[in-house]
Amino acid sequence: MTLLGQFALWVALLLGAWSAAVAFTGRWQGREDLRRSISGAVYGTFAAMVVAALALWKGLVTHDFNIEYVAAYTSRNLPSGYIVSALWAGQKGSLLFWALVLSLFASLAQLLTPRRYAALLPYVAGVTSAVTAFFVCTMIFAANPFERLAFTPADGRGLNPQLQNPGMMIHPPMLYLGYISITIPFGFAVAALLSRSLDTGWIHAIRKWTLVSWLFLSIGITLGMWWAYVELGWGGYWAWDPVENASLLPWLTMTAFLHSVMIQEKRGMLKRWNLGLIIGTFLLSIFGTFITRSGVIASVHSFTQSNVGYFFLAFLVVSGVLAFTLLYTRWPSLKAEVQLESMLSREAAFLFNNLLLVGVAFSVLWGTLFPILSELVRGSKITVGPPFFNRVNVPIGLLLLALTGVGPLIAWRKASPANLRRQFTAPVATGLVTLVGLLASGMRDFYAIMALALAGFVAGTIVQEFWRGVRARRRMHGESVPTAFVRLIGRNRRRYGGYLVHVGVLIYFVAFSGMAFKREMEATLKPGQSVQMQSPFGHTYTLTHMGVSQFEALNRIVSAATVSVAKDGKPEGLMTSEKRQHVDSFKRPTFEPSTEVGIRSGLQEDLYITYAGSVNGTEEAVYRFTINPLVWWLWFGGFVLVFGGVVTMWPGGGPTVAAPRQAVAGYEVALVGGARE
Amino acid sequence: MNPLGRRDFLGRLGALAAVPAALQVQDSLAGRGSVGTLRDPYAVGQPREVTRIEDYDERIKSIEHRLACNCGCTLDVFTCRTTDFTCTYSPKLHREVVAMDKAGKSAQQILDAFVAEYGEKALMAPKPEGFNLWGYLLPGSLILAAGAGLFAFVGRRRVAVAGAGAAGSGTGPSTAASTATPEELERLRQALAEVED
Repeated sequence: MTLLGQFALWVALLLGAWSAAVAFTGRWQGREDLRRSISGAVYGTFAAMVVAALALWKGLVTHDFNIEYVAAYTSRNLPSGYIVSALWAGQKGSLLFWALVLSLFASLAQLLTPRRYAALLPYVAGVTSAVTAFFVCTMIFAANPFERLAFTPADGRGLNPQLQNPGMMIHPPMLYLGYISITIPFGFAVAALLSRSLDTGWIHAIRKWTLVSWLFLSIGITLGMWWAYVELGWGGYWAWDPVENASLLPWLTMTAFLHSVMIQEKRGMLKRWNLGLIIGTFLLSIFGTFITRSGVIASVHSFTQSNVGYFFLAFLVVSGVLAFTLLYTRWPSLKAEVQLESMLSREAAFLFNNLLLVGVAFSVLWGTLFPILSELVRGSKITVGPPFFNRVNVPIGLLLLALTGVGPLIAWRKASPANLRRQFTAPVATGLVTLVGLLASGMRDFYAIMALALAGFVAGTIVQEFWRGVRARRRMHGESVPTAFVRLIGRNRRRYGGYLVHVGVLIYFVAFSGMAFKREMEATLKPGQSVQMQSPFGHTYTLTHMGVSQFEALNRIVSAATVSVAKDGKPEGLMTSEKRQHVDSFKRPTFEPSTEVGIRSGLQEDLYITYAGSVNGTEEAVYRFTINPLVWWLWFGGFVLVFGGVVTMWPGGGPTVAAPRQAVAGYEVALVGGARE
Repeated sequence: MNPLGRRDFLGRLGALAAVPAALQVQDSLAGRGSVGTLRDPYAVGQPREVTRIEDYDERIKSIEHRLACNCGCTLDVFTCRTTDFTCTYSPKLHREVVAMDKAGKSAQQILDAFVAEYGEKALMAPKPEGFNLWGYLLPGSLILAAGAGLFAFVGRRRVAVAGAGAAGSGTGPSTAASTATPEELERLRQALAEVED
């Protein structure tokens, strides 16, 4: 099967090279056969990648330990789910997975794009094929997943224990899907530039793709936080690790694009900016891959490092230079159709929102690269950890949260003082009431107070928007409140789905603010001994060590420490945290012992228990107990955000291309008739 | 079958009574005395020491949160030594912090001592001085500069648009809005605000 896999990679490389060469030389123009050969090569590449992926999967499932990748990431006693997910557990396999999904997306773009954008498709195919060919080329020449060993080990090394978590089966694919799908909007942007089709057509063609990409990145990032929280055992979910930052960067620029593209659609402004954002987002996705795989910056995600990072660096530089040069050559054709009329307008609010989103992206990138820069300039290494990132980014993040509430309140073009008064009164009052309530309750952490008060303001904005929409529908159609609410969202999914996304974002901020009140302690307990802990919400937890039991599971020896939990004197049940020594099928230890935390999650706070080990091999256990406030809301916020995103991109219900102009005409009729009273 | 003699019977009864007593010795007592031994101590990683007050003292914790572990984990000393418990560096660094604290050094003196010994990379965030100020100030400064530039640009543009509008007044196409009263215009704005996306 490895021969077949190798062959499939070569076929994919040749087809990708053919498609890219024919597309970019433009020889397909006027030659229907060549034009068809481009899309045919895209489908052929996908077929070849499917064959390659199946070949590696077969090696994994049949325990063909002569394949270096199979021996490095699986063992005979590895649970079957993780054998399947081992395809993306290591460097080489994840490159194969990336190329497979990219070729799938490239095929879908060819198949699903409406025919009115047919002129763009050969160029899109050229871009996607070039990127796929790069990945395949990297595999063939630097990270071949089908490489064989000189001997066949009796068993493989197994999967890193930290990756043996259900989250591992979905978190990396979601992130990869997010990263990979960015290539399609990038392809359309390059196609628009190459074909000089610089109207809003390409924007409409990529709307779904950008949302899909943003959704996958959102899911991937949230799942990554969840995985870090339940698996890494340090009691947090975001450490500003370079690889975490790398996933955040394209998400930020993509979020900026999703806002600024509305200005281009409605007002014909920001064409250059939008193209720049799409190109930048694509480059950041490649940059993330470079960071993850090069090891150039220290990261906890060290399991995928190798020298292929420099392939990505070269690709990043070449594609960046080419794309921005292309943008520069089309610069004069990308002039805005109208100009910004007032700083008190929704366009201006979106501009500032873009400024802050790109500013945060720059700030995160700057902080991530600052250790390298510092070493280059001063010759000494520094550490840039969470205190740095929090100090620099939290104020910008709070401004961004404020703009989340401001944007929807301001009218397009120019807002009048009366409009501002009418729109802002209730949300500002909500924010102020929240602020006073927090201060009265004794809260004193500045950033937490600001985050919660601004969350109150944003909530006020969103509730007001929904309330006005429902009221208008009730007035116009006589509908009940629930019917009006559902139809309001259904008839304008893009707008109200967007508000749901904002709800998700404000819930995120509420959850983030909770970490300012985290409590943690260490304790050594003999069986029967207890320790008490006070939570920020005023509850008293009594934690009694019950003992340590040891047993064997499928691929590990487990030492489980059990704690009996009482909250305010009321029994809450047992919690268990484990130390796991993973072994291969010959019972030989494969990795260092790992820790599985015990988590009791609630709306107010999580009790997080980590079994550190035992004193002198006895049942006397060392624990770390942590109380993390409001963490549950982070996962709920992620759900709301994704739900809102799905509503936004659900087919139908959104404004059409011509909607703005029709709407303007409608307003004039309404004005003359006075029918909008 | 031989009948059981009185001596044998009492002997066996005594042996039965001794079994639970032996088991109780094996069992852990509630927070006191000896504790049971694990079957496989290796499986729980490195042997741990009994936690002392200074291990979770708030002052020590706050210092350790500002010091980077040098095992390559990217975590701070407190988080590293209380996370996967396999690191051998962070417990050593912790002991150094505790020793300095016991010697009467202030938090800043302890941080300075670490920088002197391990270099600036011992800190979780570089000191905001010298070249490091670029790290702290550049993002915010750029955002402020871009925001100010945007304000200035739009302000200039507005003046130009207003000038062009005044010069061209009366020559443009007649629209409902151009002949509307202020009340009607406000109504239009409200209608736009309610319906627009």
